[in-house]
Amino acid sequence: MQEFVLQAEHLEVLIQVVRSEGFQLMGPVVRNGAITYDEISTASDLPRGWGDEQEKGYYRVSRNDSGAYFAYAVGVGSWKQFLQLPRRKVWEAHKKDDAMDILEVLDEVPARAFLGVRSCDLHAIAIQDRVFAEGQYRNENYARRRQNILLIAVNCTTPAATCFCTVMNTGPKVTTPTDLTMTEVIDHKEHYFVIRSESQRGREILKQLPLSSLEERHSLAEEQALQAAVQKMQEGPRKFDSAGVKELLYRNYDSPVWDQVAERCLSCANCTMACPTCFCSTVEDTTDLTGEHAERWERWDSCFTGDFSYISGGSVRASTRSRYRQWMTHKLATWHDQFDTSGCVGCGRCITWCPVGIDLTEEVQRIQQLDKTL
Amino acid sequence: MIPAIFRVEERNEEFAGTVTLRIRGEAREVPTEFNPGQFNMLYAFGTGEIPISMSGSPADGNGYIHTIRSHGFVSRALADLRVGDAVGVRGPFGRGWPLDQAAGKEVLVIAGGLGMAPLRSLIYRLLSGTPEVSRLRVLYGARRPQEMLFLTELEYWSRRMELILSVDHAEGEWPGHIGVITGPLDKAEIDPDNTIAFLCGPEVMMRFCIQVLTAKALPESAIFLSMERNMKCATGHCGHCQWGPNFICKNGPVFCYEGIRRWFDIRAL
Repeated sequence: MQEFVLQAEHLEVLIQVVRSEGFQLMGPVVRNGAITYDEISTASDLPRGWGDEQEKGYYRVSRNDSGAYFAYAVGVGSWKQFLQLPRRKVWEAHKKDDAMDILEVLDEVPARAFLGVRSCDLHAIAIQDRVFAEGQYRNENYARRRQNILLIAVNCTTPAATCFCTVMNTGPKVTTPTDLTMTEVIDHKEHYFVIRSESQRGREILKQLPLSSLEERHSLAEEQALQAAVQKMQEGPRKFDSAGVKELLYRNYDSPVWDQVAERCLSCANCTMACPTCFCSTVEDTTDLTGEHAERWERWDSCFTGDFSYISGGSVRASTRSRYRQWMTHKLATWHDQFDTSGCVGCGRCITWCPVGIDLTEEVQRIQQLDKTL
Repeated sequence: MIPAIFRVEERNEEFAGTVTLRIRGEAREVPTEFNPGQFNMLYAFGTGEIPISMSGSPADGNGYIHTIRSHGFVSRALADLRVGDAVGVRGPFGRGWPLDQAAGKEVLVIAGGLGMAPLRSLIYRLLSGTPEVSRLRVLYGARRPQEMLFLTELEYWSRRMELILSVDHAEGEWPGHIGVITGPLDKAEIDPDNTIAFLCGPEVMMRFCIQVLTAKALPESAIFLSMERNMKCATGHCGHCQWGPNFICKNGPVFCYEGIRRWFDIRAL
């Protein structure tokens, strides 16, 4: 690993080097009153001076005067929108008289770089890798998009109130493989990035940047910023004991907490759309008016919809109670048995984007408390 | 994974709304080996794709045989296919019946309604003598005599296996049992140390049959059942068929009761 300091005014150089290497650069932008991920052509596309305020069912971007580029927690959407497309054509089928043929749709996959990936989202990508690319069957559409991604992570020093990565052991400090990992530091009048290369491709990029050497004061300031983030989360309300949650949920399929949460839950599916690891999809088959051309489309689906569990005779999960229980138990319990990891990375998006402010960490704690009293 | 094109070579209406299709790969080199209990995803042009288990002999090698009940849009489109029509096929998928565990045992096959389809593949295989079993009994329940699948064939086989039929309702002459399948199952004597049971049918029917079997001291490890859930991909990626920690498509559809009992007991899972 090589580590250096990149002055903030040279962030533009990094961006242009990555782009000149042939990558389409995706990163955070302010769009429609929110921080989302989209294509970045210059440093001025980044949300400089913007932060986010997140709470249960609440999201606002807000100006700050720090001048920082990455002073928000996580974007509204997640990186999964670029890896598991929200909607894509799977095949085209043609039928004429007796003949039918089916053609797989293989679209162009651009070489992409992700800039500003948080540790929680790196874990989310690794979880989706297990789901789509490391099992008995390989999802080629995902694998093709995933394989050449250049990952430029930025350590999170600005968690939102909804964040609980420290509980899920997924952050805020990056510990999983990347190409480059950066920490943004604003210390008195200095504004710089501590930058580390973690791969050959990362080193190739570092060679082209105007870097200075990392001094002890830089490391110290970086460590302080990360510590402050940890402290903020540990002092916040979303701290719970995640050890044993799988067993807790396995013995609480009949908990009255599911009935209570079902009284508030709208079964709207927002949490599953915002979640960076939720992977469910469905397909839609259509024909044109001639009846000779058909298409199959795949799109994100949610275990909160009524027809998700439909089999002959009706939906298996007809009630909101059974759907919320499925979602949360999958995320925190059955996922371990399926993929040997939790399905939750503590990014807090499901809390922020729940229109009625249901907070997964509160529900877990409610089940924990009731479990103890029984 | 896109479907291979197959053609309907034979179509046989079992009873109103339920047909058996023999389909054959348009490209003859398409392999059609499978294990009894596995399923294919069948694609009806422009309408959709559904999981349907193989109901034919695994030794056939002459395409696949599927039995389909017309119920939703896709199954209706599939059931409406005529000889010569094209159909898309992906598969085979899933884990079938554990044949190796049946060797030397008394085999009890318990089918309910359309659940006979994946069990007929198993019966074909057991009648072929691989693996060799010491006894083969088939208990088959359906709503009415007219809604029994493969009746002629089953009765023909009854020279080589014991066949017990049961219907919920019958009019006129009906030599079999009338009532639920647990009636004749309750009367069957079972050697709990040397029996293996294979079940497929509505969940409620399997639930009651398992109660009878365990009351007769058959160990949970000797009971196997085939489960059904919504499926879109069959490769464990779409999430639809999750059942507790299991994906029916890749961990099933056939499960050993011992391993899934805790999930089987939870409603709306």
